[in-house]
Amino acid sequence: MPVNIDVTGEVLTARLEGELDHHAAVAIRQEIDNTIDSARPTLVIIDFRNLTFMDSSGIGLVMGRYKKTQEIGAELHIANTSPQIYKVMRLSGIERLAVIDKGGYKNETNK
Amino acid sequence: MKPINEVKINLLSCSSNESFARVAVASFIAQLDPTIEEINDIKTAVSEAVTNCIVHAYKERIDTVYITVSIFDNRVVKITVRDKGCGIDDVKKAMEPLFTTAGGERAGLGFAVMESFMDKLSVRSKSGKGTTVTMTKQLSFRARSNG
Repeated sequence: MPVNIDVTGEVLTARLEGELDHHAAVAIRQEIDNTIDSARPTLVIIDFRNLTFMDSSGIGLVMGRYKKTQEIGAELHIANTSPQIYKVMRLSGIERLAVIDKGGYKNETNK
Repeated sequence: MKPINEVKINLLSCSSNESFARVAVASFIAQLDPTIEEINDIKTAVSEAVTNCIVHAYKERIDTVYITVSIFDNRVVKITVRDKGCGIDDVKKAMEPLFTTAGGERAGLGFAVMESFMDKLSVRSKSGKGTTVTMTKQLSFRARSNG
């Protein structure tokens, strides 16, 4: 599974792995949603550290999880976006909805 | 203008081929020694174009996606992604950010990504005949170092 999920207390962390495109998104989405439904967290963190590629399917995934967390009154954080991933992400304006933590990555594509 | 090198890749519209398509294009362009950012931009744009063929043009049925990658003098790369699918009735509308006809979780940002990650984007489409997306990018002329 290209996503590794762990729940600690009320925090659900979903660590994405490999490449996130239209093909990969379906299984990842289901896995995260199933765990949200059973764990009812107050904070959902999607961690992009081990993701090597993302296209706009990733935006769909994040937007969908934003809606889902809103429904249950939880917060959504996005963590460790590489320059390539951040560049795709910022096209969506998701920064206005969720906290993005770029982690150790320098924001070199922010131009 | 004639390209100095060119490759044609025809693939079936299986979603598992999305990753193959972008990696194949990136491999061909590697001969120009592009920056990592340029490679990533091109991979992302190709991924969007091919996904459009799979999701929209062929609506998940299996048919052929035709990709041509041409390299021109002065480090210009041109990528054409063509399908013989349903075509787009209103290209202008389809290119608006956040517009999508697909349900589920498509963000409607495919063309916006292609537009912002490449230098030029043109979309020609005929209802019922198919769509041709042409994208060009000028790669940078950076000083070659051994490091």
